Amino acid sequence: MKRRNGFLTAGLVLTCALAALILLGFFWTPYDPNAMAAGPKFGGPSPAHWMGTDNFGRDIFSRVLKGAGATASIALATLAIGAVCGCLAGALTGCFGGPVDELLMRLNDALTAFPNILLALVVISLLEPGKKINVILALGLVFIPSFARVTRTAFASLRDVNYIKSARLMGASNPRILAIHMLPNTAPVLLPALTIGFNNAVLAEASMSFLGIGVTPPDASLGYMLSEAQGMLFAAPWYAAGTGLVIVLMVFSVGLLGEGLRRQDKGVL
Amino acid sequence: MKSEIFTLCSPRLSEGYLLMKYALKRAAAGLATILIVSFLTFAAFSLISGDTATAMLGTSATPERLAALRAELGLDRPLLVRYGEWLLGFFTGNLGVSTSYKQPVWEILGAKFRLTLCLSLMSFVLITAVSIPLGLWSAGRRRFEGARTALNQLGMAVPSFFTGILLSWVFGVGLKWFMPGQFPDGKEDFAGAAVYLFFAAVALSIPRIAMTVRMLRSTVQEELGKDYVRTAISRGNDRGQVLRRHVLKNALPPVVTFLAQTMAEIVAGSIVVEQVFVIPGLGRMLVSSIAGRDYPVVQAIVVILAFWVVLAGTAADLINQRIDPRLRIGGAA
Repeated sequence: MKRRNGFLTAGLVLTCALAALILLGFFWTPYDPNAMAAGPKFGGPSPAHWMGTDNFGRDIFSRVLKGAGATASIALATLAIGAVCGCLAGALTGCFGGPVDELLMRLNDALTAFPNILLALVVISLLEPGKKINVILALGLVFIPSFARVTRTAFASLRDVNYIKSARLMGASNPRILAIHMLPNTAPVLLPALTIGFNNAVLAEASMSFLGIGVTPPDASLGYMLSEAQGMLFAAPWYAAGTGLVIVLMVFSVGLLGEGLRRQDKGVL
Repeated sequence: MKSEIFTLCSPRLSEGYLLMKYALKRAAAGLATILIVSFLTFAAFSLISGDTATAMLGTSATPERLAALRAELGLDRPLLVRYGEWLLGFFTGNLGVSTSYKQPVWEILGAKFRLTLCLSLMSFVLITAVSIPLGLWSAGRRRFEGARTALNQLGMAVPSFFTGILLSWVFGVGLKWFMPGQFPDGKEDFAGAAVYLFFAAVALSIPRIAMTVRMLRSTVQEELGKDYVRTAISRGNDRGQVLRRHVLKNALPPVVTFLAQTMAEIVAGSIVVEQVFVIPGLGRMLVSSIAGRDYPVVQAIVVILAFWVVLAGTAADLINQRIDPRLRIGGAA
């Protein structure tokens, strides 16, 4: 009996809808996000301005669309660095073991004990705060250990499986075994890890930008906008509400997707 | 040899001895971690702030003057020597001088440290008090499982700075229970400060409560499927009692470890929440010091926070040793 996986469906639908909206935001927004006086100052939500306007009369919905694009692209870039480097490290140490594996895993244990954002703050202060590329680098670096740990276990468990042995007997090269025979089989572990990583990256980026040491204008992200919104909490509470809700929605939908993937794998629907 | 004799004479004494031995071992490992972290931080910050002399004198300074200043500041000596001195200073309360405040770092950080400690402990108590009953309650039930999981995901999705803004809007701007942005002095207005910190702690706790409930739920459910639970229930014991007396005991060790990790997360979260609520604690100081490139302060705060993280981890391991006899044999021997 096959039951529907509600989490996977809901997660996919929400994520795709949000992704489509964000993609749209790259090319078209209802108003120019930086145009002053696109509407009245501190205008509440209305049919013309869905999320109202801010102190300069800028359309908040347009700004949120652009900001979500910035946040999502930084999170994806971060994820790319973390996942690729982490997988590589995990695959190599998981398959070959040895003293390097021992050493790296010890280092990993020490690093994962520390909260992401704290490490990212240290790295960003070593680089230069306020630049997009540095934020991506700092966060990407910080995300490597968790991916390395997850993939290492997955690769290590595949090392002595029969079909890998067979492939080896047939003379397949190590890179081929790693990439073609093993990597697809780590998907049940890797995919949920990717969704969690994405969410952590979104939250970490938003936190850093909120603190003013992440991305700074002109390319403002949701976190920076929220800190801006906090200053106008009296005059325009809808600014904070709209921006915050988009962050929540983003993390929530990808979280549902991850939950769905996990259940799909376990067979617990 | 000594431990064997103890084992023969008195099992209780040997237990204490083994635990002691384990505690020492664990403390040594924790200390090693702190040493490594502090050295890496120190090395990294010396690397980038290597040009302190140039920064102080400007680029037009002559090489002779630069060299003289470097010698005066002790920057011409090897890294390890400087690290050793800094470490000695860390334990004797001499952390150097803040470059932007021109004050000893230790003096600046003392009061801020206490404030962050209060906030974190409050939040930790809140998380433990709410999530353990909630997790147990949730694990025993099958109805609306999907809705509860969705709610849980939602709880994890709300960043603490957004909750913080919402709370200060509803309870601060709306109900006027506290003034957002104006942290009362704890000495003059203790109740006001406590209320203020409480809301900050709530904002900090919500995502972590969701995570802890989730973790506890899955651990308890795994435990509920085991034979001893079936036996206990089939012998006519009350379900709730079995849950509290038997299952909780067995499910607790991973949760304790998880809560230690949560302590670390709280510390990191307090950096953001202090910014939202404008609480003059360590986190806010860290952010402004990073922005102002005040490296002695950044370095000191990072090491203090690292200390905290390691301390929580060590404490969790020791608590687990006490509550789980199975770990005692394997871990301490």
